[in-house]
Amino acid sequence: MRAYVAFLLGFALLATSCSHKQESAALPKPTAYGSAIVESSGGKQIAQTGSLLPQPLVVQVNDEQGNAVTGALVEFTAALGVTFDPASGLTDSSGQVTTNISLGGMAGRYQILASTFDKSHKKVELKIEEIALGYQQTLGRHLNDQYCERCHNPESTVERVSNYDNLEVKPHPFTEGDALNKMSDADLAAIITHGGPALNKSALMPVWGNTLSKPDIEALISYIRAVSDPPSRGAGPVFAKN
Amino acid sequence: MKEKLTSLWQNLFGDPVRAFGVVSLIFLVSLAIAPAKNYFSEWRHYQHDYLGMIRNRSEANTLQRHFHGGIQQIWLPELGVVDRCTSCHVGLKEAGLADVSTQPFRTHPVIPHKLEQFGCTVCHRGQGAATTVAEAHNSTLAWEQPILPAKYIESSCGQCHRGPLPGTPVLNQGRSLLSRYGCVHCHTVKLPDGSTMKADDDPPSLSHIADKTTREWIYAWLKDPQAYAATATMPNFKLSDDDARDMSAFLMANSTAVAGDTIALSAKPSSDPAAGASLYGESFCASCHAVQNAAGNIVGGDIGPELTRVGNKVKPEWLQAWVRNPRAYDAGTAMPHYRFNDPQIATLSGFLLAKADSDLLTNVHLDAATPEQIAHGKRLVSDYGCASCHEISGIKKPENFAPELSRIGSKPVTQLIFLPGMPHTLPDYIAGKIRQPRAFSPGLKMPQYTFTSVQIDSLTTALLALNERSTTLPSSLAVAAVPESDYQPAGKAGKLMNDLACLSCHRINGHGGDMAPDLTWEGSSVQRQWLVEFLKNPGTLRPALIRRMPRFNLTDAETNELTDYIMAVYQSPTVDRDSMPLTGYSQGQIELGRQLFYGKYSCQGCHIVDTKTDKGYIGPTLTHVGSRLAAAWIYQWMKNPQALRSGTIEPNRAMSDEDAAALTAFLISQKGGEKSPRLAKAARHGAPTEEVARK
Repeated sequence: MRAYVAFLLGFALLATSCSHKQESAALPKPTAYGSAIVESSGGKQIAQTGSLLPQPLVVQVNDEQGNAVTGALVEFTAALGVTFDPASGLTDSSGQVTTNISLGGMAGRYQILASTFDKSHKKVELKIEEIALGYQQTLGRHLNDQYCERCHNPESTVERVSNYDNLEVKPHPFTEGDALNKMSDADLAAIITHGGPALNKSALMPVWGNTLSKPDIEALISYIRAVSDPPSRGAGPVFAKN
Repeated sequence: MKEKLTSLWQNLFGDPVRAFGVVSLIFLVSLAIAPAKNYFSEWRHYQHDYLGMIRNRSEANTLQRHFHGGIQQIWLPELGVVDRCTSCHVGLKEAGLADVSTQPFRTHPVIPHKLEQFGCTVCHRGQGAATTVAEAHNSTLAWEQPILPAKYIESSCGQCHRGPLPGTPVLNQGRSLLSRYGCVHCHTVKLPDGSTMKADDDPPSLSHIADKTTREWIYAWLKDPQAYAATATMPNFKLSDDDARDMSAFLMANSTAVAGDTIALSAKPSSDPAAGASLYGESFCASCHAVQNAAGNIVGGDIGPELTRVGNKVKPEWLQAWVRNPRAYDAGTAMPHYRFNDPQIATLSGFLLAKADSDLLTNVHLDAATPEQIAHGKRLVSDYGCASCHEISGIKKPENFAPELSRIGSKPVTQLIFLPGMPHTLPDYIAGKIRQPRAFSPGLKMPQYTFTSVQIDSLTTALLALNERSTTLPSSLAVAAVPESDYQPAGKAGKLMNDLACLSCHRINGHGGDMAPDLTWEGSSVQRQWLVEFLKNPGTLRPALIRRMPRFNLTDAETNELTDYIMAVYQSPTVDRDSMPLTGYSQGQIELGRQLFYGKYSCQGCHIVDTKTDKGYIGPTLTHVGSRLAAAWIYQWMKNPQALRSGTIEPNRAMSDEDAAALTAFLISQKGGEKSPRLAKAARHGAPTEEVARK
């Protein structure tokens, strides 16, 4: 049996080393090295499990003086199931690399690692989080778009003018983790179901318990937990490369 | 060598006792193989790991109690489910394991269905009866169906749920793309309920196209529709120059004139861009038509075609006739018949004709068509199935032009031809076919669409839902879509409503668009005089909306005809208009209503009654509500808004009769004062015309 296990181990090692070799063979050769890697855009995005993030992730490599470095190699890695297009690349003339990310199949937060090497061939890393919504959170997002966002999201678009500025008592945007993470699920459910006065808050938050069902309200809370920043404990696990 | 073998034989089987011993040993070992295989099986290994993991958790005792060792199975004969997935996925039902990121131990995310009722493979596919990871998850020689990738998972919802669901945006989008991009013109899709999927893109008839546009434009359009309009739904057929030349020759030669679909105005098309832009804005053309602005953004609605380069396309005389009355050319168009006068037609057509790209047609030089070219063009038009989508006189709509897709979601992989380097799975095949159909064979007729990756994924999701299982599931599980009714308003007023294309934006009795409010019970809702005034000059009810009711320049007779019909026919049985008066409420009751409005119910968050203090943008402005709505309607609305208009976002407050009566008294006393400048500013802010770039 030991032989069997040893054989399996050997095979696994061989397989991983082979695939590793193939990967590194495909990597372009860097022409420059930076000392820091920073996010330009595309962090903390929201998408459904398994699907493409709406915007690409853009990271930038800088040198010691903070100037953009052209030709530095950036590699993207994450937990199993996350795919990058492309998974690596050399920084362009503005020091940036752009990649399109598809998230894994489970709801939660996905940690994306962007790494480059500095002059002494030491790895420099940047961690970025993206959010994957499962069924319940997706339903919650739909309800948020329909009922909540007009007041709770301060940003206006051409299609949807925000009502946030018109309210005497400002509602909490759902990303406001500092405030919302202190409230229990039961508190959030009570406010949504019975309105703000249920917890001595403003009556501008109306009663939704006759309009939304109990599963609807649970779905909304799971969405609020998923998008909160800093993350709430109910946001689900963080999937990181192990 | 031979000697060695002989001595080995002698050593092992030299005498009977020795031979018996050796044979027994071989038997023993071979008998042990089966139990050993079982002992070292993957599921045992996972269950062992699971027990190790839960030991360190705070709820270890509960988890331990819930755990059952050995092979687990969900057997649902009526669904054809034998799923042993829970042998390794041990913690699926343990809510406490939601934070575990290592599979296979994580809790199943919350969904509306129970594991015991549906099993796993109904949604996830894969081989349920398998007891090894590879056999359960991947295709094997004996089992083709691998696990469905997460991005297509909503296709499984679509096996039972025939209509859109709030929790499945990908599936909903995919299904609407199948209709909107006309896929089902060529591909028949029979749904499990026996109906056939219908397209809703309404491609124009080409029988009279020579009245509308030039051969040069048709040529350029055939070569690359997206070069004319980025939002064009017509795909690119990758035609050669000669083929496009001949097809355009045939379409022009085949076209017949329609009486009255072109006019020459006494007034020349005006070149006053400011007047044109303001008429375009006032008429809310942008509610339906989009224009690409200088920044490259497409701004405006998608009911009508994009107008960025319309000046390159249409003939001036045709455009003028179209603006005067679009029904002369196309009786079924979604475009309303605005009653524009001649100067307005000149202004608007001049404005639209100026929307042109000087480069679009400069390189198109076509010589007069020969009879051979026309005949060749006709053959090409038949070959490419143009008549599947477009009405073309003299060419019949082909039957079964493209492969039927009714069961595409369970097509055997062995019947598919993959491209080199492509993963051999059905979803990858479908997505690949949509992304680049001609890559599979240059001779294929399927044209090139300009879908984004997200759109391709959603189309694939919708197609994967069209599978065998969806037809074999018990019919009790099927959740039917709400069918679109074929309601049409009747009589003279009905004709007028058809002429104004009311149902392009409004929904009545389950039929029509969703841009504007549902009018099914409008007659119970509004006061007659208000409706007359509104139809003559539609004002802004919701300051934050960018799509608004246009003015149709109706005559008094038309306005009265329409008003009488709406007030008489669109009546709700639950609202008795005569039960509550419009005046005569006591000051005390009005004051109580005011307190409820600003206090307990805080309606000012969304509505404006006093333009000096209230700011709410979401609901309609209520400054004039006392001269707009019927008191009985307001009362019933307070009691339950969704009962009167399903889907309205006004929350149901479950008000007591007293509160509803007091609020009704307060609101009906709001007969309106002067228009506030702030409101007017807000209305301007929201107007789409400001977003429309002028080329």
